[in-house]
Amino acid sequence: MFYREAGQFKSSYAADSQIFPIRQDRIGFGLIIAFAFLGVPLLAALGIVSNYTFTAILTPFLIFSLAALGLNILTGYAGQLSLGTAAFMAVGAFGAYNFMLRIDGMPILLAFILGGLCAAAVGIVFGLPSLRIRGFYLAASTLATQFFVVWFVTKVGWFTNYSTSGVISAQKIRMFGYTFNSSMSKYLFVLGVVSVLTLLAKNMVRTNIGRSWMAIRDMDMAAEVIGFRPMRTKLMAFAVSSFYCGVAGALFAYAYLGTVEPEGFNLDLSFRILFMVIIGGAGSILGSFLGSAFIVLLPIFLNIFLLFLETSLHLELPSGISSSIELMVFGGLIIFFLIVEPHGLARLWQIGKEKLRLWPFPH
Amino acid sequence: MDKVRKIGDVVLSFENISLSFGGVKALTNISFDVREHEIRAIIGPNGAGKSSMLNVINGVYHPQDGEIVFRGQHRRDMNTYESAKSGIARTFQNIALFKGMSVLDNIMTGRNLKMKSNFLLDALYWGPARREEIEHRKKAEEIIDFLEIQHIRKTPVGRLPYGLQKRVELGRALAAEPSILLLDEPMAGMNVEEKQDMCRFILDVNDQLGATIVLIEHDMGVVMDISDRVVVLDYGKKIADGTPDEVRNNQNVIDAYLGVAH
Amino acid sequence: MQFFFEVLIAGLLSGVMYSLVALGFVLIYKASGVFNFAQGSMVYFAALTAVGLHDKGLSLWLSVPLTMVVMVVLALLIEKIVLRPLVAQPEISLFMATIGLSFFIEGLAQAIWGANVRALDLGIEDVPLEWVLEKANMAISQFDLIAAGIATVLVATLALFFSRTKIGRALRAVADDHQAALSIGIPLQHIWGIVWSVAGFVALVAGLLWGSRNGVQFALTFVALKALPVLILGGFTSVPGAIVGGLIIGASEKLAEVFLGPYVGGGLEGWFPYVLALLFLLIRPEGLFGEKIIRRI
Repeated sequence: MFYREAGQFKSSYAADSQIFPIRQDRIGFGLIIAFAFLGVPLLAALGIVSNYTFTAILTPFLIFSLAALGLNILTGYAGQLSLGTAAFMAVGAFGAYNFMLRIDGMPILLAFILGGLCAAAVGIVFGLPSLRIRGFYLAASTLATQFFVVWFVTKVGWFTNYSTSGVISAQKIRMFGYTFNSSMSKYLFVLGVVSVLTLLAKNMVRTNIGRSWMAIRDMDMAAEVIGFRPMRTKLMAFAVSSFYCGVAGALFAYAYLGTVEPEGFNLDLSFRILFMVIIGGAGSILGSFLGSAFIVLLPIFLNIFLLFLETSLHLELPSGISSSIELMVFGGLIIFFLIVEPHGLARLWQIGKEKLRLWPFPH
Repeated sequence: MDKVRKIGDVVLSFENISLSFGGVKALTNISFDVREHEIRAIIGPNGAGKSSMLNVINGVYHPQDGEIVFRGQHRRDMNTYESAKSGIARTFQNIALFKGMSVLDNIMTGRNLKMKSNFLLDALYWGPARREEIEHRKKAEEIIDFLEIQHIRKTPVGRLPYGLQKRVELGRALAAEPSILLLDEPMAGMNVEEKQDMCRFILDVNDQLGATIVLIEHDMGVVMDISDRVVVLDYGKKIADGTPDEVRNNQNVIDAYLGVAH
Repeated sequence: MQFFFEVLIAGLLSGVMYSLVALGFVLIYKASGVFNFAQGSMVYFAALTAVGLHDKGLSLWLSVPLTMVVMVVLALLIEKIVLRPLVAQPEISLFMATIGLSFFIEGLAQAIWGANVRALDLGIEDVPLEWVLEKANMAISQFDLIAAGIATVLVATLALFFSRTKIGRALRAVADDHQAALSIGIPLQHIWGIVWSVAGFVALVAGLLWGSRNGVQFALTFVALKALPVLILGGFTSVPGAIVGGLIIGASEKLAEVFLGPYVGGGLEGWFPYVLALLFLLIRPEGLFGEKIIRRI
């Protein structure tokens, strides 16, 4: 009864085509954004939100959301399964690092964009097979991307500035004379970047380019017949998706880890991001965020739970058991979601909203 | 039925089209033509090569032999993009809608070739991109009104019943403002009422929008009623061509449909 | 030149092992249309269970059959819990489900047996064969040869089993069309259970052979990643394709590593097979022996 659109009339197509056509959604979303930008820093100033919350939860959550969003564009919207997400993140991270390193006075945001563009270029090259092959043949070929890129960045010393261990230390994030040193300032930086890119992604998926992706995904022959060019559409999806992953990779290095090696962008990371998309909801922007939150929070809660078991029940749990259980829970959840709700948490959210529209009345 | 529209010159003609898939002959030496503004039906028993013919017209299949003359241009085959660009739209035998998208979005995809905005402007949803989107939305809504599907415009297509899906697919084809519309069994699996609706839409499209229509249909009543000329295929060969009356009385056609005692 | 052949033979011998693992994939793919990403995890799980039981004091003659029982139980559970609810889902969903499955099995293996590397001794020494060394002056590992021999026997047996027996015929019917197979009374679930058990058996053999050479460790799961390019090369549905593809990948990756590796700093083995398979895909998307698919609309 609180969540209903009765009485909200649209008098123009512009009003009907906005991102949140329902007033309650607009208000709710506005509140979330305000809380993220103002509320969280305020709580931090009051000492309620700790440093740990920023570095272990909020910042990685946002960065993974961006990477999941990138993969979601490719897999969820354009229907091309990729297992090479981490490779594109690596290209973005090492690209940005080298632009910062080798060009004096390079603005950090520009370096991130250039890093993202490098990732997009790599994405286009490795997206070429998608023109001839589909399904898991394509998935297998994206594994080639994963292995080749990581190997290449490791072997060519130039990328890591010939660091003997292969580890790079990302430069400080500096903008307009201000250095983003504290964990909160890094969080705000990431939040800004992610918000802007999310808005752009939302606009893309609701206009012609997004429709071309979904058309190729749902029925590629029909899409071709009505005039979408498969090559252009697929490569565009690879490029945009890789750009997002690349920027996420740069943030991963600069705002989250600080120091990173090529091996940090391994297959495991790719899978983790794929899981976010599956659990969150393929073909949903909201789903990318929900999935990321889920995957970031799950191990934390799992550890708390195991700790609780140990202390309250005085169980001797073997060391390393938590990572094994984490693997099992991840794997089990993937299967669970694929069977029970293939559209993920985003779909659950939608069903919830439809219920809420009627609540508390049955019809 | 008195037809106001005027049938014009030949816009599309085929000469000796042959098509085979690894030794299996789908079409053999097919020749016929299509005139502007007419309703041209292709009929024949199952497996006669009707859909293959449509696939040749819009460039999904490429014939091994023969020539296509399209608006005065002689060519070996068509390709999907060019044929869409030059105003050929179609519907499919087994509905080929984009199941994950809403009715409105499906119809909007039909307008893709009319859109000029690029993805950067799309991403910003600003200025020309925004204006263009709204403008095309208007066109899409006109089609929605025409097909009387306003109530389902935001429903995902996958959830709609069969008859409505067929209608949406016609809408997607119409959105391209086609000069030639290829319809592959638009009335298959429909009840009488739905068929009547679909007939009305087809005639209106032909009448009001002036589109040339190439139609595959199994319901002989419908075919004989609405089409101007009929071509009959059997086992990939043309066995008759002419007005509905001529075809109806053609001995080859009767044999093909009723079987012949050898 | 001798060195070239030495490398080539070593490559072919390890290629036989790839063929073996790839065969596990092909069987499951043919029977259920599932690309089983969890095959590598099954190799790890099988080897770890066998060696874990052995370390607990059981002899290998006891622990290996016991592990086989475990693998059959696992196969039946997978069929019941994962595959049955996902019948008629798009192939790609099933594929992702097996990625989930692989995580689950890896986690399960480590939760039971711990994540440490365990040594496994099958009693075959990894030394060059003496008479070859004398006669041709080439170092051919005795272990590789025996392992390849076992794999060859297994591959041949399976190929015969599935082409000559009643189960094999049913399997091919199922592969062709699930619904049609069901309608003529072929018990689908039964077939799937058998196929996954066989895949479990293949995993066990591969796990023992590989594990005894490099230690039973997490890296065994990468076997699946090795088998993927083999399948791309050979086609997902072809038994001969898996065999030939395995040999080609095995030989070419060794040759590339030895002869190209020094110029680029080594480590080619990880990606070379993929790039090779990929280039091949661009030329023949259906693989060496796969069937060409005509797409209709």
